[in-house]
Amino acid sequence: MSGDTSALTLILSGDPGLYRIIGLSLVVSLSAVACAAVIGIPLGALIALTRFRGRDGVIVVLNALMGLPPVVVGLGVYLALSRSGPLGSFGILFTPQAMIIAQTILVTPIIAALTRQTVEDLWLEYRDELAAMDIGPAARIGTLVWDARFSLMTALLAGFGRAAAEVGAIIIVGGNIDGFTRTMTTAIALETSKGDLPLAIGLGIVLIAIVVIINALAWAARRTGERYAG
Amino acid sequence: MRAPDTDLPIVLSGITVKAGAVTILDGVTQTIAAGAPTVLIGPNGAGKTTLLRVVMGLAKPDAGSIVWGNRDDAAKVRRAIVFQRPVMLRRSAAANIAYALGAAGVPRAQHETCIAELLSLVGLDALATRPARKLSGGEQQRLALARALARDPSVLLLDETTASLDPAATKAIEDIIRAVAGRGVKVVMSTHDLGQARRLGGDVVLMHRGRVIEHGPAAQFFAQPKTEQARAFIAGELLV
Repeated sequence: MSGDTSALTLILSGDPGLYRIIGLSLVVSLSAVACAAVIGIPLGALIALTRFRGRDGVIVVLNALMGLPPVVVGLGVYLALSRSGPLGSFGILFTPQAMIIAQTILVTPIIAALTRQTVEDLWLEYRDELAAMDIGPAARIGTLVWDARFSLMTALLAGFGRAAAEVGAIIIVGGNIDGFTRTMTTAIALETSKGDLPLAIGLGIVLIAIVVIINALAWAARRTGERYAG
Repeated sequence: MRAPDTDLPIVLSGITVKAGAVTILDGVTQTIAAGAPTVLIGPNGAGKTTLLRVVMGLAKPDAGSIVWGNRDDAAKVRRAIVFQRPVMLRRSAAANIAYALGAAGVPRAQHETCIAELLSLVGLDALATRPARKLSGGEQQRLALARALARDPSVLLLDETTASLDPAATKAIEDIIRAVAGRGVKVVMSTHDLGQARRLGGDVVLMHRGRVIEHGPAAQFFAQPKTEQARAFIAGELLV
């Protein structure tokens, strides 16, 4: 990938190095969103449906965590996974797994906080009907999450947007190793500092295009689903 | 019919419900026994909805006691309620009924038959796969009725189920209520429509300001009201 190749030729030529970078970016960000959804959706729904001391404080903290600085999360995960850290024995620092862990930490609060709000609004609407049908606490969460599924898609997209755009955390825990942990965002940062602006611009265009395409697919799925399920 | 047990008779003694400083029900003593529908009438704010919620077990009285078929636990085994503005789950009409069947513990193998029966009872066979929220107001009320009946209730509580419906939709609902009552389900319903109270009522309970003013067989209540308030209410005067 030399400096004088234009962005467009790079994309069109099907450069294997470029496709590896795009592929890894998608794998890391989509895996992180999936992990964050598995943790964040039940957590958000649980907070929405339970009343306990300090609940307001938990909600404020959760909302605040949506703005976690990626470099700080990267640093924390780096310290935990480094040789001398508590999780150093796993030996996964500077691997895609480490990058997925860091992004999961960044995305989980976004999904949990947005789920909490969505499920709580739906709960106010459904409360009487579910009480009249004697629905237990666990089944309530299942029902509300299922019925809010189209709204929760927006939470997942917000999480994906955060993960796909993020560079600070994954560059620290991934190390931006060519062919192994280099993603679109870390490559853009590197190529820009090296002065290879065409490659940086090309990757930037691809990144934006991918985010737009994924959002368009999600929107289409939502519209279709709503037409059939209301 | 799944269970031979019943929630009848429902015996309310001195039920009082307060919301802050406001008394919503003020010492209501009333027995609801098997038979033709019991119709609750009275002006807005009389306490009809709250009384239905107490009978359903959704609202706890601040004073007084309630007994369902000799049990005082509030387990909603064989009671069902249709709220004034029922909330449709974001699923198809059939899936709304399936959900209620599952909640009532009906085995999954029986769902298909039950759903078909219930949809046909409320005349929504053709709309089974339609998203419930896209149905018209009258259709939603009928689906809510089917969903309530999925619980195989011995007591069915209806809160102004035909309010804001046109005459044709009202007639469809009343026909279902008659059919259900004919099967031996005890219907307790509130209404603002005195004509409906005459058409469906076995007995009538007039409520005003959280109290039961008069209770008696429908024919007698409308022909010879015992209280001045009942006479005025039937005559269309405003009870304030």
